[in-house]
Order: sequence, then C-alpha cells, then structure tokens
Amino acid sequence: MADESIALMAHLMRRAGFGAPYAELEARAKKGYEATVEELLHPETQPGLDEDIMLRYKAEWVNKNALEGQQEEWVFRMINTKRPLEEKIALFWHGVLCTGHAKCENPRQQSLQFDMFRHKGMGNFRDLLMELAVDPAMVFYLDNCMSHKGAINENWGRELLELFSLGVGMDGKLNYSEDDVKEAARAFTGWTVVNAIPRYPYGRYLSKFVYDPKDHDDGPKTFLGETGNWNGEDIINIIVKQPAAARFVARHLYNYFVADEPQVPAWQHTPPQDPEAIKQLEAEYFRSNYDIRSMLKLLFNSDFFKNARFARVKSPVETVVGTTRLVGDFTFPKPGFNGLTLTIRYMGQDLMNPPTVEGWHTGKEWIDSGTLVERINFTADQVGNVNLPGVRDIIARLRAEGPTLSPERLVDGCLELLGGYKLADETHSELVALARNGGEIRTGDAGFPQRAAQMLQSIVATTEYLFA
Amino acid sequence: MAANTKAPVLVVLQLSGGNDGLNTVIPYSNPLYRDNRPKVGIPEDQVLAINDSIGFHPTMGPIKKLYDEGKVAIIQGIGYPKPSRSHFRSMDIWHTCEPEKVGNEGWLGRAIRDIDPQKENVLTGVNFGRGLPRALSAPGVPVASVGNLETYGVLTGIEAEDQRTMALETFSRTYEPMLGKGPVLSYFAQTGLDALEGADILSTAAANYSSSVKYGNDDVAQYMRNIVQTHLANLGTRILYTTAPYNSFDTHAGQLANHTRLWTQTSKAIEAFYDDLKEHNATDNVVLFVFTEFGRRVHDNGSGTDHGAGGCAFVIGDAVKGGLYGEYPSLEAGKLLEGDLHYNNDFRGTYATLLERWLGMDSKPIVGGTFEQLDFL
Repeated sequence: MADESIALMAHLMRRAGFGAPYAELEARAKKGYEATVEELLHPETQPGLDEDIMLRYKAEWVNKNALEGQQEEWVFRMINTKRPLEEKIALFWHGVLCTGHAKCENPRQQSLQFDMFRHKGMGNFRDLLMELAVDPAMVFYLDNCMSHKGAINENWGRELLELFSLGVGMDGKLNYSEDDVKEAARAFTGWTVVNAIPRYPYGRYLSKFVYDPKDHDDGPKTFLGETGNWNGEDIINIIVKQPAAARFVARHLYNYFVADEPQVPAWQHTPPQDPEAIKQLEAEYFRSNYDIRSMLKLLFNSDFFKNARFARVKSPVETVVGTTRLVGDFTFPKPGFNGLTLTIRYMGQDLMNPPTVEGWHTGKEWIDSGTLVERINFTADQVGNVNLPGVRDIIARLRAEGPTLSPERLVDGCLELLGGYKLADETHSELVALARNGGEIRTGDAGFPQRAAQMLQSIVATTEYLFA
Repeated sequence: MAANTKAPVLVVLQLSGGNDGLNTVIPYSNPLYRDNRPKVGIPEDQVLAINDSIGFHPTMGPIKKLYDEGKVAIIQGIGYPKPSRSHFRSMDIWHTCEPEKVGNEGWLGRAIRDIDPQKENVLTGVNFGRGLPRALSAPGVPVASVGNLETYGVLTGIEAEDQRTMALETFSRTYEPMLGKGPVLSYFAQTGLDALEGADILSTAAANYSSSVKYGNDDVAQYMRNIVQTHLANLGTRILYTTAPYNSFDTHAGQLANHTRLWTQTSKAIEAFYDDLKEHNATDNVVLFVFTEFGRRVHDNGSGTDHGAGGCAFVIGDAVKGGLYGEYPSLEAGKLLEGDLHYNNDFRGTYATLLERWLGMDSKPIVGGTFEQLDFL
C-alpha cells in the first residue's frame, strides 16, 4: 500500500500547509503534484472560510480586542482553510517581519497586518516592504512614529535592513554600514501614524498611517552608495535590488519551507547548507522581479525540496494545527478553542507575540524539557482519542486491510496514514516489538481501535515525529 | 544526585499583572495617598500599621506576623530606569535583566547553569505552572515545568497503567539509540530522557509527603504546596518558581474587591508555605522572593488603577534580616516619574543580593553589571 505519490503529497502539504488527513492526500495525489502546487500558489481559486459562522459563534472574534480571541481566530483559520499556503505564508512573514503584542497591545491592528500578509505575502517583495513601512502596527512597534526630522529614532531603519531585508552580512562582508542605518532612518522621517495612543486609559482603537511632509528630512542622503534626496520608498527600491536581499529572502524561504538553517544572526558567518538551492532561488528573485510566488513555484517543484523530507523541526503552530487537522477536531468554532491556542503558547510559540523583533528561534530551539513534554502529551492525547473522526478513519482504513495484521504492518500502516512518516531502524523494531506484545492483531476485535491508537501514540512520541 | 539538604534554596513567587504597591504597603498617613485614591483607597483604621507612616493591606495579617518576627524584608521603590508599562515587556526586563535590548536568557536560567554546569541534576530548577517563564530559560539548561505535581509526566494521557508503563518503556528504548546520532537528535534524545527522569523523580515527591498544614484551593496555594513537597523530597532542587497566573494582579477595574481576594489568597499561601516548612524543620535554608513587573498609577481611575511604575517586593525567610529597604517613593506631584512613583533602587541590586549573599555566586554576569546590594541578607 505504501504509495510514494501520497508520501510526497504529505510532505508538500506539511510544508506548504499544515498537513492533511489521508483522504485529502489521496485526492490531491490523484489531481497531481504540480497541479496541487499551482492550486496552493493561487489561493484565490479556492473558497474562503464562512466568516458568518465563525463570528456567530465567537463574539470575541468580532470585536478583535483581545489577544486570546485573535489567536483563536487565526488558529481556526489555519485548521479549516481551503487555502493552506495563504495562512502558511502569513505565518511565515509574521515570523520574519515581526510585530509583537507585548508592545502593540492592539490585536485588531495586528490582525490587519496579518490580512495584508495573506494578500501580499506571495506577491512582489518590494510591494510587501512598502506595505510594511506604512503598516500602523509596524510603525508603532519599531518606533518610526517617534522618529523626527533632526531627531531620528533608528529602530525601524535598522531592523528594516538587519532583520527584514538584507541581514547584517553575507559571504564574509557586511551588507550595510551604521551610516546606512542612519540615512534610512532619515529617509523615513515623517512616516507616522495618527491615533498612536496606548491602550490606557482610552481603550484600543485603530491607528492610521499618515505621511507628514513637515516632519520629513528632505535633505540629500547617501544610502548603500547611492546619493539623492531619498524618501522611504527610494530606500526600499534600493534595498530590493541588492544581492543581499535576494540571499535574505531565499534563505528565509529555504529555512521555513525546506530545511532548518542556523538562526538568523549566524547567517553572516555560516554559509547556506545547500548553496546551489539558494543560488537558484536568488536567480529566480531577480528573474521574476522580486516575485515571491515565482520563487515558491521553483522551490516546491525542485528536487532539493522533494528530497528534504523530515529536515525541519515542526513549530508549535504546525504541531498543534497539523495534529488537529489530522484528527479532524475543531472543524467548527466549539468551546475549548482557547485551550488549543494556549497549548501552542505552552509549547513555546505565543502567536502574535514573538519574544523579540527577531522572531522565534526555530529548529532545534523549539525543544526544551518543558516544551517537549507539552508537545508529546498533546499529540499523544489527540491521536489516542478513538472518538475523533480522523482517528476513527485511520482505524477503519487499517481494518479494511484484512481480518489480521502483522505487527510490522500495524506499524507501517500507522506511519503511512499519519502522512508517510519514516523511523530509524532501532525505533521501528521497538515499535514492532510493542505491536507484537498483545498477541495476534485481529482487526475485528473490540480492542483493536485501542491497540491501533496505542501504536499511534507511541509513534507521535518518537524523536522522528518532531520533524516535518 | 547531589542532594545537599542544607544548600541554600531560592523560591520565587511572581505576581503577574502588576501588583498595586500603594495598596499593598500603604502610606496610610500621607494625605496625598487619600487625595489620589478617592475610590480605591484603604481606610486608615483597616491598615495593618508597621510604623506611623506605612502598613500592610488588611488581608496581609499572615505576612505582618512574619514581619513582626523579623523575617520579612520589604523592598520599597524597586524598579529600573525608563520603566515600561507593558506587562510583557516589563516582565521580560525583570526576567532577563535587559532593560535596553530584548534578551533571551533568564537570570535564573543563568544561575542554574552556574549551580550545575555539568547538568548532573535535571531538577536543579523546577517551575510550577504551564509554560516556562523566561526567567528560567537559558539554552541547554534543563528546567522541569510542572503543571500539576500529582499528574506530571510524559504520556500522562494514557489512563490504563499497564499500557502507560509499556508506552514509557518504548519511549525510553526509542530515545536512547538517538543519543550520538548527530547534535540535533542527541539533544532531543537527551531532553526527552531528562524529562522522563525528572518526572520519575518528581513523582516520588508527592507520594512521600505528609503534612498537617492546609492550603487553599487557588493556584498559588497549590503551587506553593508543590514547591514545599519538592523541597522536602531532597531532590537537590535549588531554584523553585511559580506564578500567580492569568495576569490576575492587573486590577484596572473593581480593584477593592479583587485586590482583597488576591492578597487574602496570596498571604494565606505564603503562611501555609512557611508553616509547612516549619513543621518539617526546613525553614532555615529557604528564602522566598515575591515580585511583580510594575506598580500602578498613583491616581485611581474610579474603580481600579492603571499600569504604573516603581513597586514593592518582598524577601521572606529565617535567614532574612527583616525590615524596610529602599525608600518609600514620594507621592508629591513634582517627584513622580511620568505620573508614577519614582523607583529608587534597581531590581538588579536585589537580584545581586540574592545571588551573592544567599546562593553564593558571582552576580555580575547574571544581572549584567554591578548594582548596589541591600542588607536584607
């Protein structure tokens, strides 16, 4: 039964989305790999969520004033969307172009930014940076509203270069100087917001971007070697044509969709693990005139992507949303949703509230002794619940294979149905031993569902299952 | 395990949400207090006076009693420069000792690394609550984070005991071979085995504990009980941490009732904690530190108080030289900092005191510099 096209589809859906139950994988494999990539890259061809239903059940998703409500709403979207890459790319940019609730304290404002990521996140990188530069949550988060003609605040100018577009350095060279930071900050003076009043005592309400020409420093500036009376837009135009911008976007896409790279601050001194892949993505960045969608198309259809199975540690969001999709829970805004989003926080990813402007450290750093226990216990509880539709479906499919299963087949069947997982030989033989433990495996027995669920629980507790 | 029963132990209780210092240690005889707290003031005759100018909130009798016994240091006017009024940011600053930039290492994470650099004991630091506070996190430092001591562990959702035993055996047998399979898998395997070992050891703590002391049913009381259980089990744990959850001290509205409930529970929890240690003859090597991320606005908002600065903290224990430390910040309009109480001692000085004089370690690399220490130890 092991079907390579389904295992490959499981890989694509884990990366370009949040995983998919087996029936969806079968349907997509039938449709074809490249056709599925096209569909994912064009979310507008798929229906949006029925917001009326969501909002009827969840009043706090309407007023958008509470962090918890907005986290829930986003997680609900990730679980139930028919446009998985749209949510995945929004989550990607949220982790790179960070704003945090800790400072913004305005979930509604941040949610508008995430909507912008949904709509512009696969478009032109230049346009995306322009949207970001006028996004009120960002203007407030990085203090550009505190940056004035003659009295600059460098926060936005610096992070725009260091964390949002170029990175500190590459190939042993620095990508910009301290003077470039100051000149960028000067160019963005006058880019501010109105209603940037903190939450107390007036409550939360939306801010609006405004350009104040009186507060703009219109003098000449030299930025990355080019001199002129630059305004913010000119700065972004100069940034996006740098080779470092191509490297930065390529490496981030690789880290998020293909394989774990070292943390961003190490990029200056650590070359990419797959320089050839990065080179292809960089070339596509320039060829397509900075189009993210074109880069993703190349990426998903490449061999370096298809061969990178289980080369990334799942993030907490991927773990919780992926498991929930697998078991078929929370397809409706029912009570208990907040527990689900809190679980993500306990696993170390407080959605909308990354620890710093650098975003979450990814890969190995998701795991510590506290978060590992949270992760294992959550996933094991879910796949061990034989009342959940997704778990019932896995059991029914195993039953359909015949009246008895060999211990090996029980293990391998579970691995396939979870999405083409592979185990180290030692792990595999331990699980086969566990399967053998209870005697002959008769699928018609009343105890079979429990036995299958027990196997699923032991699989999701392995180190291998930490990876996507 | 290096279980030295008399090694100094630090317990930290974090009051999340910003405890109102002005209504905790109350400047009851100051007319400016009356002027500023028309709706959210504590009447003078209810205050538990400790001298002719300040006194405890009426619900803090148990802490007043410990104070009278000379076991409570009150750190007045504690804070840091350029105070942040964001819960998250301010708590981060307290956790990481980084008021200027955003840090990712907690001060106690660093302390645990100093105490146990070889990671010989996976329980050197233990947190009670879900999710690890940043104060305790540092790369590669194992800290157990316990939601419920009675049920803490790996794969706890498996109810049938024989089934769970089997699953745990499989777990450790699948994790062990991963040690040595490259840095990432080795790290995951070690972390998993540490968690399993920590859970195994901790499960004995609740089982071997007995006490006549009754704790409340609120989260803080239950976690303070868990802390005592863990301490009494002699597991070599040196740092224990818990948090009053849900930002509960964030009393923007209905403060009089809410603050009364919060301090009734917190005072009773601290009393039970101390009495329980005393019953087990274990008070001498434990110091409790109680803090919050900021105080609240001087003037009330009609029903509660909004985010402010300059708060108060407590250090409690037999080893503590009780009394008043720092100065009570002035309430005069001209002496406020952006409308809030002006801090007069940096919290990193209190941390340094705890680290140097109690835990016996070099505080400079942990708190990021030299800060004036206080004489409560």
